Amino acid sequence: MTTQADDELWSAIADPSRRRVLDLLVSNGEVSASWLAARVPISRQAVSKHLIVLEEAGLVSRRKQGKEVLYQVDADRLDQATRAMTDLAKQWDQRLSTIKRLAEAAHAEAKKEKAKALKN
Amino acid sequence: MAALVIEREVLIEAPAEVVWRTITEPDQMSQWFADRVDLVVEPGAHGYLQFGDQGGPVVVETVDPPNRFSFRWNHPREEEPVVGNSILVEFTLTPEGDERTRLRVAESGHELRDWPDEEKQRYADEHQGGWAEFLDRLASVIAKPSR
Repeated sequence: MTTQADDELWSAIADPSRRRVLDLLVSNGEVSASWLAARVPISRQAVSKHLIVLEEAGLVSRRKQGKEVLYQVDADRLDQATRAMTDLAKQWDQRLSTIKRLAEAAHAEAKKEKAKALKN
Repeated sequence: MAALVIEREVLIEAPAEVVWRTITEPDQMSQWFADRVDLVVEPGAHGYLQFGDQGGPVVVETVDPPNRFSFRWNHPREEEPVVGNSILVEFTLTPEGDERTRLRVAESGHELRDWPDEEKQRYADEHQGGWAEFLDRLASVIAKPSR
């Protein structure tokens, strides 16, 4: 079962443009929306919208410096996002390995029964 | 629709028919999935999955023994699950010889829930890569020291 907070995180990072923005923020530290807009193939307005979504998901925080607003990534939250995804993959790995164990045991059992039946 | 998909697979030393029973029979499902599984494996069947003190509805989509089985879950209780409000889980069984089966699972839909429709469409239009690419990319992003 997923939580509301997870949902926000998923939506925030599912968009390729937002991932590009995140990427730039991680590699360049604290920057403005205009600086970001100059480096992505989308409008300044679109960048601002993406920043709002990222902020709402807690992945990005803003700070005012003079006239400029600077954005930076929240490393802990990003780390949490990565872990959330890795955890889902791991959860399926565990389920698949249980399925493997159950199916192989059932198959071995069926073969044994068959061999017994043939003997009798 | 292109989407972020979690895809995992495992090679099982058993025929597809045996694997099929393991993934679709409720008493087997309760051993690898939910604690309690109330489900009839028929297309469109509504069931319930119980995880500890939590639980939720599940609706079967595809039943094509012994090759394909899929269901939707994590949708709001009073709603029918559709693309956008639920998670789709798809199992694919591929026989490799008489006694070996490759089992793949794909889970999708996490990022599409609660999105405005135009954004979903734009995402579908723009998105090229898959889950692994994203994980790799995110990992490399995190590994980079910030200036």
